Amino acid sequence: MKRRVVVTGIGVVAPGGTGAKQFWDLISTGRTATRRITFFDPSPFRSQIAAECDFDPAAEGLSPQQIRRTDRAAQLAVVSTREGLVDSGLDLERLDPARTGVTVGTAVGCTMGLEEEYVTVSDGGRHWLVSEEYAVRHLFNYLVPSSLAAEVAWVVGAEGPVSVVSTGCTSGLDAVGHAVELIAEGAADVMVAGATDAPISPITVACFDAIRATTARNDEPATASRPFDRTRDGFVLGEGAAMFVLEDLEHARRRGASVYAEVAGFATRANAYHMTGLRPDGIEMAEAIRVSMERARVVAADIDYVNAHGSGTVQNDRHETAAFKRVLREQAYRTPVSSIKSMIGHSLGAIGSLEIAACALAMRYGIVPPTANLHEADPECDLDYVPVVPRERRVDTVLTVGSGFGGFQSAMLLARPDRRIA
Amino acid sequence: MTATVVTGIGVIAPTGLGTERHWANTVAGRGAIGRVTAFDPGGYSSRLAGEVTGFRAGDHLPGRLLPQTDGLTRLSLVAAEWALRDAAMDPPALPEYGIGVVTASTAGGFEFGQRELEKLWSKGPQHVSAYQSFAWFYAVNTGQISIRHGLRGPNGVLVTDQAGGLDAVAQARRRVRDGTAAMVCGALDGSPCPWGWVARLATGQVSRAEDAARAYLPFDADAAGYVPGDGGALLVLESAAGARARGVHSWYGEVAGYATTFDPPPGSARPPALRRAIEDALADAGLAATDIDVVFADGAGVPERDRAEAAALRAVFGPRGVPVTVPKTMTGRLGAGGSALDLATALLALRHGVIPPTVNVARPVPGYDLDLVTRTRRQPLTAALVVARGHGGFNSAMVLRGGHGDTDRD
Repeated sequence: MKRRVVVTGIGVVAPGGTGAKQFWDLISTGRTATRRITFFDPSPFRSQIAAECDFDPAAEGLSPQQIRRTDRAAQLAVVSTREGLVDSGLDLERLDPARTGVTVGTAVGCTMGLEEEYVTVSDGGRHWLVSEEYAVRHLFNYLVPSSLAAEVAWVVGAEGPVSVVSTGCTSGLDAVGHAVELIAEGAADVMVAGATDAPISPITVACFDAIRATTARNDEPATASRPFDRTRDGFVLGEGAAMFVLEDLEHARRRGASVYAEVAGFATRANAYHMTGLRPDGIEMAEAIRVSMERARVVAADIDYVNAHGSGTVQNDRHETAAFKRVLREQAYRTPVSSIKSMIGHSLGAIGSLEIAACALAMRYGIVPPTANLHEADPECDLDYVPVVPRERRVDTVLTVGSGFGGFQSAMLLARPDRRIA
Repeated sequence: MTATVVTGIGVIAPTGLGTERHWANTVAGRGAIGRVTAFDPGGYSSRLAGEVTGFRAGDHLPGRLLPQTDGLTRLSLVAAEWALRDAAMDPPALPEYGIGVVTASTAGGFEFGQRELEKLWSKGPQHVSAYQSFAWFYAVNTGQISIRHGLRGPNGVLVTDQAGGLDAVAQARRRVRDGTAAMVCGALDGSPCPWGWVARLATGQVSRAEDAARAYLPFDADAAGYVPGDGGALLVLESAAGARARGVHSWYGEVAGYATTFDPPPGSARPPALRRAIEDALADAGLAATDIDVVFADGAGVPERDRAEAAALRAVFGPRGVPVTVPKTMTGRLGAGGSALDLATALLALRHGVIPPTVNVARPVPGYDLDLVTRTRRQPLTAALVVARGHGGFNSAMVLRGGHGDTDRD
């Protein structure tokens, strides 16, 4: 019998504020944190909007050396890890390092640091044979995103399994799924897992411009992210991190921990179709959902809320609407579905973990966050997307899904542990 | 539980294109380290690498894939095809969602990334390739392999620096154990470009030697850094029962045990965690230290790290308790691809009863007390341990058991 795994701590850095409370206050009231890019001059770019974090690593207590050796993605992960550990009430002094691990999801790793340093060593793109002399000492940490997991492991004191999971935009779900599996199989008792991405840099903005994946609604930054709306024209790039303390259920019970949710089921499938394209039928996402429900022993009628990938691209929103209908059948029409990307944008690999945080908080507070900026749905998107206004509702079981470049399709079920028969 | 076995191997390495050539050169101890040719290394403090030579992507891949792929993805696509062919596996003949892919990456397709960064910063955002959104990122090889062969099962990507090759195979074993018919897994790594090169040099751990035979000397008194390289291996994993069911009755061996640990923070008084990874991997395999016939060591080539690895091996196996080899001395360190290649080499060693040599190491540090195999050694082998360590503290260990198939225990 595999062990059951629960979430006992949540830490978040998201656009709109640092901390899980600020994150929840924003998404549970339907406000948005998308704006014109301030990190660099976005005027040469097609898409000039992003959901940026107002994040000051020094003010968050990182030491000068930590700041010097780390990329922003690592800083977001470290700060959210600290909050998650405090929230869990774990006594780090009493943790067995060998039984404690870390998994960090990321799509693009230390891309901001890499680009900044590239500009220096290439002298603004002038030299293919870039300068060794101008390379900073910690450049290798930016090159290898495994450094993100190392930084988190040092904060936690973890000496068990430590890894980065990097499956593009499903990284945030897959990283937590991986950590859950490690606890379930007995490789660890406690895992600190989640995801981080800080991709708001010229190269990332330019690469999404090139395939017109991001919105060009530059005159309306606050309402530019419009999942499922008829007028949607692409996603809004975001950044952030969410890190969780995950524990063996018995470990959590023994120490009297407060439990947000059990991670009851997880599965991932590949569409084997196209690196960036999606077939409209959503078959593989439906299969991932079906398998995760089977593993969680949940039927469609049990699901109180579906947290959608809802990126706001034309193809994604139709793809996953089809997937929900394919597996949930008529129940798909009776279940609230929403996308928090309408408020905090799409932070690539991090968003899956931010969405898990949203689900766990929805369970705790009995509120389904809305899909902001949804005024007139695409006729092909005909489910209940909780437009604009948050909804009070008891949430015991949640489905959250992700879809990413490379064809990755992932699904996770969160449930109240006391509601399931052990 | 039925054994998880390796039924296919695809190798592209500095030592050769394809498993046979790689093995022949490895057994013969022919080193493949030389001066960098991917770019002019003359201005850099390190100029040696283990490069894949003679690989022409256009001979193996459709032309439409070339503009959208970094070199490491091309290597990965071809190695995956070879591994599936070696396993005599026809993906459409397997159950729907029956095959998945797990690869490891160290740093993604960096050469592609440097070209696009250069276009962005020298010419402007409109010049950035439509393929930049995925061609460099860490998930690209898994995605492209999945698409090319129509593999729709559970996919994954792990990044743990050089430990990644073992971690990816371990993840694939989990998928086979919970019912996926087969997995393509492992890593090919290296994206030779100046930008990745200076990032590596920044660690201060890349050898500055000019002589290829004196550059990468793990466990040697003259150890002074490592030599980077490209390539690696992909394996096809499936259950012994599944292999049999599709009419395959012979295989390379079994993935018998695995564990991974992480070292305490730099400066900590706590002991390093490599020994525990090795012991846990042995326990997972149900084997004692005395059951292991050969160790494929990580062999960092950096004195402090060599010392730590030697201490862990001594603690588990006793002084000179087991033959230890580092065939990476012929290829350089290939990132996650290097540990995957070590798995392939170890499986071939088990099959042939040959321990390939650690080349160029003439003065092993006596205090390490290792039985370092510096000349090819022929002896019956039943079980091998592969050790891999990644920058920052990643330690992984995997136990392989030999066996040709149905004549063995299951």
